[in-house]
Amino acid sequence: MNNFSYILAAQPDEALRDWTGPGRPAYLAGGTNLIDHIKLGVDQPQRLIDVRNLGLDQIEALPGGGLRIGATVSNTALAYDERVLKDYPVLSQAILSGASPQLRNAATTAGNLLQRTRCSYFRDGLSPCNKRQTGSGCAALGGFNRTHAVLGTSERCIATHPSDMDVAMITLDAVVRLRGVSGERTVPLQDFYVAYGEDPAKENVLKPGELITAVDLPATEWFARSYYFKARDRASYEFALASAAVALDLREGLVRDCRIALGGVATKPWRAHAAENALKGTRPTEQAFRAAANAELSSAVPRAHNGFKIELCRGTLMQALQTTAALA
Amino acid sequence: MDEPADSLASASFFTGARDVAAGISRREAIARTLKAGAGLSVLSQVGGLLRGATEPPPSPSAPGPVTVTLNINGDAHTLAIEPRVTLLDALREHLGMYGTKKGCDHGQCGACTVLVNGERVNSCLTLAVMHPGDDITTIEGLADGDALHPVQAAFIKHDAFQCGYCTPGQICSAVALIKEGHAKTDAEIREQMAGNICRCGAYQHIVAAVREAMQPTG
Repeated sequence: MNNFSYILAAQPDEALRDWTGPGRPAYLAGGTNLIDHIKLGVDQPQRLIDVRNLGLDQIEALPGGGLRIGATVSNTALAYDERVLKDYPVLSQAILSGASPQLRNAATTAGNLLQRTRCSYFRDGLSPCNKRQTGSGCAALGGFNRTHAVLGTSERCIATHPSDMDVAMITLDAVVRLRGVSGERTVPLQDFYVAYGEDPAKENVLKPGELITAVDLPATEWFARSYYFKARDRASYEFALASAAVALDLREGLVRDCRIALGGVATKPWRAHAAENALKGTRPTEQAFRAAANAELSSAVPRAHNGFKIELCRGTLMQALQTTAALA
Repeated sequence: MDEPADSLASASFFTGARDVAAGISRREAIARTLKAGAGLSVLSQVGGLLRGATEPPPSPSAPGPVTVTLNINGDAHTLAIEPRVTLLDALREHLGMYGTKKGCDHGQCGACTVLVNGERVNSCLTLAVMHPGDDITTIEGLADGDALHPVQAAFIKHDAFQCGYCTPGQICSAVALIKEGHAKTDAEIREQMAGNICRCGAYQHIVAAVREAMQPTG
């Protein structure tokens, strides 16, 4: 592990100030991803700025309804929060379907948003990888790519985004609150992640040194009818091969509105707009669910070993829609 | 089941305690054996090659040790360590507390599980410098003198291990699981223990031990 200095910031502005200076900085929260990457040599920061002590560890009710989730609220605290369990069940389910209790205790909300891919060519520190070393190529394209993405890929990168939590948050219209030296701004979570274009190393719209301070969830009554379904190689403690987060507004036998996002199959938490558009206004039948899944997956690009994911994802999404529609 | 618990509890893997009869720890015994032969020099060479391959050269401004005081099993320990030292390595390499085990060192196996302020975490993925003021409990801190923690006793009673390497992590994890209260059924125990891998496959007995330890005692 490369050596680095460590500083514990006491205020957000102090953390922003600490960011500037000689040597590559990195914010440290739970450390479950960053320390792993430092050990692997995937990331080699020279200065760690601990942001766990900035007073951003609360879940607060917003005045107009909804929740403000502090950046350093642990995944465990978020998953078991009574308001989340009641009003946003998909979020609780998604978090608890990922990692282990030990990891969820340490991992934070903002850290999860910034979680990086589990692509083995990215993690091995040696293979060509445009995400790790710009312009070096992509070993996964011609390599073993069974777990890789079929949506949002390019000839530069097919790495899967690994998070469950972020997929659920996308369906809940989450808004990310950011703080930089030039002030605060908000970004809808679905716009927070960028498609892998020219530079797969660029995964989100964060500016250098910018801090995530919170994630806001709106008060939308029908988000209580939401559900997360995840398919994976093991029954527990495993990343998704395909997952679906669904929220349905069902009234008078019709899908009035819906949110659908996919995990495990895309290069970012994937808001399934095509599926949503296909489903809106229809009766919640198996036929409609299949049509919605097909609409989204028609643009999927299989590689040598991950073609099965398209069918798996179709079934996963249909199952999630069926279960959500049947909720009381 | 009729064996006295003490005979098993004296195994160093179980409590992290030194083998009183031999007067040395297994670790020391292994080191002595290696030094007696050519093994150690070969290992050193391999270690050197691996280090050379994976670690960048130290930066000119590489920070030196910093002072941190850790509260472990009720005792304060002041250490001078580099910021990159994980809590796991601080325990094992700097404090000589070998009860907490290094398995994968990447947060995937759970062998290094300890309790920080009562919550279970992977000590391999957190830095020691992040924990001044925290109450850290390791496997060595669970027993009350010679009286085993109920989870330790249940693991012995149900033969919930074979090689024992994952056991300290399993036990710390189970202690936290019981306090958390999210597991009621065997399936839920399995789910809540998913972060602790057992290569020997002692899962049936581990679940039985956790189930028993969960029962409120009269």
